[in-house]
Amino acid sequence: MATHLDTALDPLVQAAAAAAPAKPEKHTVMMPIGVPGYTLRTEAREVPVSEPPVLAVNSELEFIGKPTERWDAHYKVSGQAKYTADIQLPGMLYGRFLNASVPHAKVLSVDVSAAEKYPGVKSVLVIERVLGNAELRDPKLETPSRYPIVRYAGQPIAAVAATSAHIADEAVKLIMVTYEEMPFVTDQLSARKTDSPQVYPGAADQAGSAGGGGGPHGVPQTGNVHGPSINKKGGDIEQGFKDADVIVEGRYVTQVQTHSALETHGVVADWKPGMLTVWASTQGTGSVREEFAQYFKLPKTQVRVITEYMGGGFGAKFGAGNPGVVAAQLSQKAGAPVRLMLDRKEEHLSVGNRPDADQIIRIGAKKDGTLTAIQLESFGTAGCGTGAGCAGPATNMYKYAALHTAENDVFTNGGPAAAFRAPGHPQGAFALEQAIDELAIKLAIEPLDLRDRIDENSVRRVERQVVRESALWKSRNPVAGADSGPVKRGVGMAQSVWYRFISMNSSAEVLVHRDGSLEVRSAVQDLGTGIKTVLAQILAEEYGVPPAKIAVRIGDTNYPVGPDSGGSVTTASLTPAVRDAAWQAKKKFLAEIAPAYGTTADDLQIVKGEVRSKSGKMQPVSFQRAAGKMKVDSVSAQARRIPDYDRSKYETYGGVSVVEVNVDTETGRILIPRVLAVHDCGRPMNPTQVISQINGGTIQGISYTLYEQRHLDPNTGLMVNPNLEQYKIAGSRDIPELQVHLVESYIGQSSTDASGIGEAAGIVAVGAAIGNAFFNATGYRMRRMPMVPSEVLAALGKVPQGGLKA
Amino acid sequence: MNKFIFSDCTSVDAALSQMTGEAVVKAGGVDVLDRMKNGVIEPAKLVNITNIPSLRGIHETETGVRLGALVTLAELGDHPLLQSQYTVLADAAGHAATPQIRNAATLGGNLMQKVHCWYYRSADFACLRKGHDMCFAYDGLNQYHAIFDTNVCPSVAPSSTAVALSALNASVELTSAKGKRLVPVREFYIKPDDKHPTMETVIAPDELLTAVLIPKPAAGTRSAYQKYGEKSSYDWAIADAGVVLEMQGDVCRKAAIVLGAASPTPRLAVDAAALLVGKPITEETARAAGLAAMQGATPLSMNGYKVQLFPVAIYRTILLAAGKMDRDPSAAG
Ligand SMILES: Cc1cc2nc3c(=O)[nH]c(=O)nc-3n(C[C@H](O)[C@H](O)[C@H](O)COP(=O)(O)OP(=O)(O)OC[C@H]3O[C@@H](n4cnc5c(N)ncnc54)[C@H](O)[C@@H]3O)c2cc1C
Ligand code: SF4
Repeated sequence: MATHLDTALDPLVQAAAAAAPAKPEKHTVMMPIGVPGYTLRTEAREVPVSEPPVLAVNSELEFIGKPTERWDAHYKVSGQAKYTADIQLPGMLYGRFLNASVPHAKVLSVDVSAAEKYPGVKSVLVIERVLGNAELRDPKLETPSRYPIVRYAGQPIAAVAATSAHIADEAVKLIMVTYEEMPFVTDQLSARKTDSPQVYPGAADQAGSAGGGGGPHGVPQTGNVHGPSINKKGGDIEQGFKDADVIVEGRYVTQVQTHSALETHGVVADWKPGMLTVWASTQGTGSVREEFAQYFKLPKTQVRVITEYMGGGFGAKFGAGNPGVVAAQLSQKAGAPVRLMLDRKEEHLSVGNRPDADQIIRIGAKKDGTLTAIQLESFGTAGCGTGAGCAGPATNMYKYAALHTAENDVFTNGGPAAAFRAPGHPQGAFALEQAIDELAIKLAIEPLDLRDRIDENSVRRVERQVVRESALWKSRNPVAGADSGPVKRGVGMAQSVWYRFISMNSSAEVLVHRDGSLEVRSAVQDLGTGIKTVLAQILAEEYGVPPAKIAVRIGDTNYPVGPDSGGSVTTASLTPAVRDAAWQAKKKFLAEIAPAYGTTADDLQIVKGEVRSKSGKMQPVSFQRAAGKMKVDSVSAQARRIPDYDRSKYETYGGVSVVEVNVDTETGRILIPRVLAVHDCGRPMNPTQVISQINGGTIQGISYTLYEQRHLDPNTGLMVNPNLEQYKIAGSRDIPELQVHLVESYIGQSSTDASGIGEAAGIVAVGAAIGNAFFNATGYRMRRMPMVPSEVLAALGKVPQGGLKA
Repeated sequence: MNKFIFSDCTSVDAALSQMTGEAVVKAGGVDVLDRMKNGVIEPAKLVNITNIPSLRGIHETETGVRLGALVTLAELGDHPLLQSQYTVLADAAGHAATPQIRNAATLGGNLMQKVHCWYYRSADFACLRKGHDMCFAYDGLNQYHAIFDTNVCPSVAPSSTAVALSALNASVELTSAKGKRLVPVREFYIKPDDKHPTMETVIAPDELLTAVLIPKPAAGTRSAYQKYGEKSSYDWAIADAGVVLEMQGDVCRKAAIVLGAASPTPRLAVDAAALLVGKPITEETARAAGLAAMQGATPLSMNGYKVQLFPVAIYRTILLAAGKMDRDPSAAG
């Protein structure tokens, strides 16, 4: 996804609009709009006549919007769920990469002869094209070679497939690589210097993926600095600062975070003549098929991608990627299926990360809080990729007279970044929301009140009201650093912003069978966010059958195409198509059985699991009995996403996070007893799962803010903590009491009116909220992450920054 | 992981007879298998000692307590006698690692585990401590490294129980085919020196650590251990302290303070302990002792903050031992 919501339409919608069929017939309907209990009203929308009736608010529904048990929970907890690593095919081989042991080098030779001879090895491959890295605009700047240049330690160089995982491990060790090492740079600050070693000899750009990532193309490049990418809005920025009564300015530094999903990247590829079947741990069955088809020049009919269960993805799992392409090649060569799952080290090194950021933000405001100017200059490294921009929050959260942002990507010899849960936004909000907090203090305006003046978003206004009325916020002492002992308590808040992205590439089929069973099919994958459950709820609502009884078949490109899960699009994009298909299948079903009851489809309806005649031509019968009257085995309808009803009514979405901290000013530890997260996501389809998303995002945000960091050794360029022990990630004792308050918000955009949550959830705001709580506790600003004891003690002025000699 | 012979032994004699050549002892396996999986060691043979019954058990004796080498950290942490009279040890074991690891990890293995320096733990770095030429931590990433005895290998003592046992002045029993010998824990660990940078303990290749003996504490003894990390869940210590106080009424008669994550071997802070003797334990005396323990510290480029942190860990643990402060919520585990 794009990291900014600009005035331009997002590309997915534009593309779909261009391809859309002739204008459908429309009629006016009244839809619920706003937040129940606060702003609920009805508004008119022009919608195609083919759309199902307007869905009532959640309180009036039976299944949608009700806390619903995860559809596949019992499969997961009982171990019946089969993930990619569980796929076992007859004759399957085990693949393993050999990865670069140096951060920057020309590869002079790769000798695989010993590996090929090793008993049990069935195919060996030397990689000739690496995916994911940025590519030179002018490839002639480098001498052509059979072997790609190594830009980071961990870049795959060769691979083997063998009859056991152990043999594959042993065999890769026998591959001999000779390198001509080149000077390298791993940290962003050094890479910005004019005399730094260069990662690329000229300008280079990285292609984005379905999940975003990739930076702007065509921007200037000086040395390793790819940028600036400049965005100006409103009036003149200098004038904005001249008009200001107060100015706040700060430098905020955040670190590289790796995705660390429980399930690593990996595939099982089975290359057979006429059909390549791939089981993949992916966020996009569609985008994986697309890349395989393109890479191998196969028609799409000859590529099938299956993702029945998935162990997590935060933006780095789109496309075939190096593991996919290599597994397929090994399979083709060996004539047998190949499983290639990355290990944890490879996962940290080579398949994406959240770029770091070094930002200077400057905000000017009038005495009443009106923002006259926001200026942001950012540098960030996406390793040998791009996409480190973080101006999204500064650009889109508040109203201002003038905005000037300059984002720079800095190439370093590290693994390329990939989209990571709200790309750029946790970094951007860390700076913006602390700067706004600082401004509030300077202006002596309460932080919630200041935001009421500068934030035009109608839903966040409600969310701030919820915060204002909360026990946690009421317990906040507005005087910073008021506690006497070494441990100081503070409460802080910050806001999150995310956007409404829709993937028009969303469709589904609904089938009604003669035995009364119901089925929904879509190629969409369930990352663990719970789309399976939501699809079941939609059919349940239309047919009055409990969700657990609906057969949900997804994660297979043999079904109608589903959206790739990036940009928090899945529920917002797919559910209207599913409801439309369910509605159309219902109409077909009623037409199919009407003659048996001596009536017409128009006279029939399904209410509470019964087929009833509006005119009383028949006694109500159960849906299942009525289905028995069908003359064919099944009727079905397929529907695709239609455009949102009224894009002129778009608002951003997001939330407000409130954090309580106890700062131990002697040990530098920050403990977080409680977090309150108030969030909106349009119509919450399944509150249980929405709350899970917000819990997860908040925990991931806390983990990022306080603990996580990729450490690259400056002298060798190697990562020294490529595991989950020294790469520190929140554990059970680090999790606070989490309170989630869902704000139901109707926006009148589709037949389900669902929106997204995954990215807005927690992670965008929680870092800044911790920073603001830290200030409230201590009177000091914490402008760096991760907030480990050495950094905290430095922020408190007790040790020099960086833990240098005391 | 390499291929290896797995030699499962059910008696000490059998194990000793297997400990030849490239053999490596495996107890709980937490540490040894981790190093094998990371390719740091590739032993030809593992001698499994977990099925030797005589190495189990916590026994109270006339002179104190005898702990078999296979007693798990969980057993140590949960034992009522240890909790009440050898609190420092129960604390150290009960707050190490995670519940799952504590169930598998043994006392002998914990004492014998290798350093946790991230360069040491990676097969990518051939460092001094692994028998090669250089230390990568000096000019590299040393935020978790030592602030004392930093001249050869500034890694830090990894074992929490070693800190406690050193404070309790316990001894380890080492058994070989030739017989048994007792070595005080305070003399068991070797400070890395230029000549033998790979030597970590005085144990000989043909010896097995079979037991730990702790002398009976004098009346009025109170003790505690606390570990501070960057997280609360299973983090390694960035600072820790084991404290044993012999109290007579309000006055401290004898004291031992031991630091773990400060130097390559558990560090007895003798001067700091001396400051407590003959005085009542107050926040003031405890803080003074904490500061005194940092005399002579030589922090590296990135770990100066530890010089701030240790005095806090020490004063709070002294107060905890003396019953004047609760267990610190800022401590990990
Ligand atoms: C996430 C994590 C956090 C941790 N946190 C802590 C912590 O806070 N504090 C702490 O102290 N530890 C901590 N540890 C380390 C852990 O406690 C040790 O790895 C464990 O105690 C080792 O015991 P074991 O029985 O598994 O030893 P093994 O792995 O079986 O053996 C360890 C070493 O000792 C040798 N050995 C074992 N038994 C004997 C014997 N009887 N005689 C001679 N040699 C022997 C082996 O050859 C091997 O070299 C942590 C580990 C992890 C993974
Ligand atoms: S501190 Fe010790 S273990 Fe770590 S790199 Fe240096 S010599 Fe090796």
